[in-house]
Amino acid sequence: MIRQPDPKPDVMVRRDSIVAGLRKLLPETGLIAEPLRLKPYETDGLSAYRQVPLAVALPETTEQVAAVLRFCHQNGVRVVPRGAGTSLSGGALPMADAVVVGMMRMNQILDIDYPDRCAVVQAGVTNIGITNAVSADGFFYAPDPSSQLACMIGGNVNMNSGGAHCLKYGVTANNLLGLKIVTIDGEIIDIGGAYLDAAGYDWLGLLTGSEGMLAIVTEVTVRILRGPEGARAMLAAFKSNEIAGACVDSIISSGIIPVALEFMDRPAIHACEAFAHAGYPLDAEAMLIIEVEGSVEEQDRLLEQLSAICRNFDPISLKISQSAEESLAIWKGRKGAFGAVGRISPDYLCMDGTIPTSQLPHVLRRIQEMSDSYGLKVANIFHAGDGNLHPLIMFDANNPSSFHAAEEFGADILKLCVEVGGCLTGEHGVGVEKRDLMPVQFRPHELTQQRDIKSAFDPDWLLNPSKVFPLLDSETAVLPRAA
Amino acid sequence: MTTEDSIVAAVADAVRTREPLLIEGNGTKACMLRPVQAARSLSTSGLSGINLYAPKELIISAWAGTPLPEIEAALAEGGQHLIAEPPDLSGLLGSTGKPQTFGGIVATNLSGPRRVAWGAMRDHVMGVRAVTGRAEIIRSGGRVLKNVTGLDLCKLLTGSHGTLGVITEITLKVLPAPEATGTLVLPGLDAAAGVGVLSAALGSPYGVSGAAWLPAEAVGRVAGLAGVAGSATLIRIEEFAPSVAYRIGRLHDQFGVAGSVVLDTAASRSVWKDVGDVRPLVAAAEDAVWRVSVRPSAGAGVLDALRPLGVTGFLDWGGGLVWLAGPANTVTHTAVEAAATAAGGTWTLVRAPDALRGAVRVVPEEAAPLARITRQVKAAMDPAGVLNPGRMYAGL
Ligand SMILES: Cc1cc2nc3c(=O)[nH]c(=O)nc-3n(C[C@H](O)[C@H](O)[C@H](O)COP(=O)(O)OP(=O)(O)OC[C@H]3O[C@@H](n4cnc5c(N)ncnc54)[C@H](O)[C@@H]3O)c2cc1C
Ligand SMILES: Cc1cc2nc3c(=O)[nH]c(=O)nc-3n(C[C@H](O)[C@H](O)[C@H](O)COP(=O)(O)OP(=O)(O)OC[C@H]3O[C@@H](n4cnc5c(N)ncnc54)[C@H](O)[C@@H]3O)c2cc1C
Repeated sequence: MIRQPDPKPDVMVRRDSIVAGLRKLLPETGLIAEPLRLKPYETDGLSAYRQVPLAVALPETTEQVAAVLRFCHQNGVRVVPRGAGTSLSGGALPMADAVVVGMMRMNQILDIDYPDRCAVVQAGVTNIGITNAVSADGFFYAPDPSSQLACMIGGNVNMNSGGAHCLKYGVTANNLLGLKIVTIDGEIIDIGGAYLDAAGYDWLGLLTGSEGMLAIVTEVTVRILRGPEGARAMLAAFKSNEIAGACVDSIISSGIIPVALEFMDRPAIHACEAFAHAGYPLDAEAMLIIEVEGSVEEQDRLLEQLSAICRNFDPISLKISQSAEESLAIWKGRKGAFGAVGRISPDYLCMDGTIPTSQLPHVLRRIQEMSDSYGLKVANIFHAGDGNLHPLIMFDANNPSSFHAAEEFGADILKLCVEVGGCLTGEHGVGVEKRDLMPVQFRPHELTQQRDIKSAFDPDWLLNPSKVFPLLDSETAVLPRAA
Repeated sequence: MTTEDSIVAAVADAVRTREPLLIEGNGTKACMLRPVQAARSLSTSGLSGINLYAPKELIISAWAGTPLPEIEAALAEGGQHLIAEPPDLSGLLGSTGKPQTFGGIVATNLSGPRRVAWGAMRDHVMGVRAVTGRAEIIRSGGRVLKNVTGLDLCKLLTGSHGTLGVITEITLKVLPAPEATGTLVLPGLDAAAGVGVLSAALGSPYGVSGAAWLPAEAVGRVAGLAGVAGSATLIRIEEFAPSVAYRIGRLHDQFGVAGSVVLDTAASRSVWKDVGDVRPLVAAAEDAVWRVSVRPSAGAGVLDALRPLGVTGFLDWGGGLVWLAGPANTVTHTAVEAAATAAGGTWTLVRAPDALRGAVRVVPEEAAPLARITRQVKAAMDPAGVLNPGRMYAGL
């Protein structure tokens, strides 16, 4: 159950004139208001919640975004920015009285500058689209969320998305140089640019991860990096979560920071193997995927050192990939993990907390206990190097009580993450999903301080107003889960 | 002894009496930016000590007043280091006889040569505690490496020069210190040619972690470069020893020129420490010092544009970071501002006599809509304006 602020009555009664007003500001096909055509926008990656918006605007230029926002501001209309709608926390969930501003038509790559190692792209360019544009020249854009085929850079910026390789290359925030934004009153502002560390306050840092609450991002200047000479993965399987966790500690202590260090527990291994036939060891309780980079000799040396470390932990099996194809197969299982779990259970919630890595065995034990007591299966995937845990809770959407239990189970896991010194979300954002858990992590005055910062950008709370912070007003409508 | 509560009390008192505070660590960077108009000062230097060091979790947490060398020593013992390689600017800013503090280096977001590849201080601040101008202790982030819960006030506070909150505790991501370091030194290239090589090296698959160009007069100030004739173009690799040997070899094959030298680990560390600490900059005592950040390919042009005005400098970050020194007057200052702006970049007046830094902008003026947001965010964090008033912007 998600509470939404009541639709503003004065906006709802002016619907037709608002639609007509917006139509004038956009290209011919740039405004959607027919109920059937609004339907695709009613939800995002958190598909349990749905709400058809008032209208959808599809601007093609920064100026059109500015015109739409100015209009909405003048008319007191709420705005929900949207990229590809892959948010797993309901960050792009519409409101009944809101205009969704969809960025998909702003999909141009504006500049690629190899000597300065940066690219300027519009917010609707997909994450993989950036890498595809520069890969022929040996470059790539580093953050690689599993959703990278679909999700857009504007969404990545607003969620501060991560990926499997962020242990070495950092998350979105670490790979940005500049933004072009439009504020709710329609002002166009350039933040940073093709250079490092703009003087003044770190607006780039504050806007990154702001979940569409501060401004609409229309252009992004990203760092592009030259790829390594090569990369190779290995698999190590262990008899218990504790042992695999101790092995992760030992790897980090050795001074080797692999580019990726991924952990899967037994249910995740089984789900992924059934899906990808990657040769995952089915007798293991836990498995690590470890990837290193460099020349072939460098890869060999590092993989040999890593194998030696793993051998100290009585592994069930160790498998060093001998070729690019084998590495690909190893990754195929992991990257397809969500789809794989989807085959076992069509409905699942993908949770996303972070814990101090030393707490992994304890946390996995507690999650198993919760799984038993809720009677819901869970598979755990873990970015082991940085402590970002993704439990996938399986439930039955045809059974409302099963969904309700899954949500409670998820909330319990996130509370546990905070309890052991971690946080509610490592990369998927708060959205509506974790909004009401914010007081678990923050004290009331800390939330007030964050709200005040939002108010500094958006005094009337028109931009994505029902996300991230628990609602303050009592007059809220409950948005029931759609069948 | 200073406690977090005593800082809260001091800020509350400042709000009550409307007497603004100069926020300090050990005051090593008090002469950066604009002079603060405050009768009282509040120092974090008594709030010192490491609260948590978890090497396996790549995390260190310490009170803001902890001397930076103490943190570096603890990390070195654990075989780790500060990723952004923060500089010690006492050569430039004058020594107070006391070490800079952890809070000071975060509040100024100063990073060293490694920034070009591995990010700035702000990229590694995982958590902060701070006392706002409302005399409230707020926390943002935490002690884990990935965290997107709520607005990122860690980044907002980092580099805010004490104007939004008194940072009391910082949690930083750290990494294993590399086993070895090597530096390829190419003598005799002019700035544009040097930057061309640095761009190609940074665009190579070898993971270059330092890329600087020093003119001849700057080379003479770096002990580790004794014997290098003319300018020096420096390319650094930090890795396991065999990888350093291999990668430096490849870079040498591709970019080597007559007289190229390869520095070993010890010599490399000393040279890059000097570069980070801005030792190569030729700055007379009365000169002003600026830090300009532009796209790397524009760095040499900034140097060229300002040379006729008696401004000297050198390049780090592959050409993108331009350290400049020159006459401390408004004409020169305006020219530096114009050159940085023409190159599409940003700039900071790092050091100047009070008369100059009190009279001019010390960071670029923001466009009106952004300046409005700046005022509103300042008001949200420090409504009474008691924290370092005027440090970054006049009247704020
Ligand atoms: C199968 C799957 C795998 C995933 N894997 C990962 C993963 O590995 N790592 C990870 O971090 N996330 C992952 N995600 C989550 C999601 O893909 C990311 O959060 C992504 O960044 C969202 O991008 P989007 O374009 O879909 O944005 P949307 O979902 O449309 O929007 C996300 C948020 O950003 C706002 N927004 C979008 N565009 C703009 C803009 N231009 N200006 C202002 N605000 C804007 C929206 O209002 C919303 O709050 C995954 C999701 C799925 C479905
Ligand atoms: C300072 C502030 C903080 C907000 N915090 C949140 C939040 O944490 N989560 C969220 O989802 N939405 C928040 N909102 C947005 C607001 O609660 C919702 O959009 C709500 O539905 C407001 O409805 P309205 O615009 O119809 O109210 P209006 O009829 O426009 O507002 C009535 C009056 O109450 C004031 N007011 C309304 N809401 C708030 C509030 N929450 N706090 C303080 N004053 C208010 C208005 O300034 C106005 O004077 C905030 C708004 C403001 C101004």
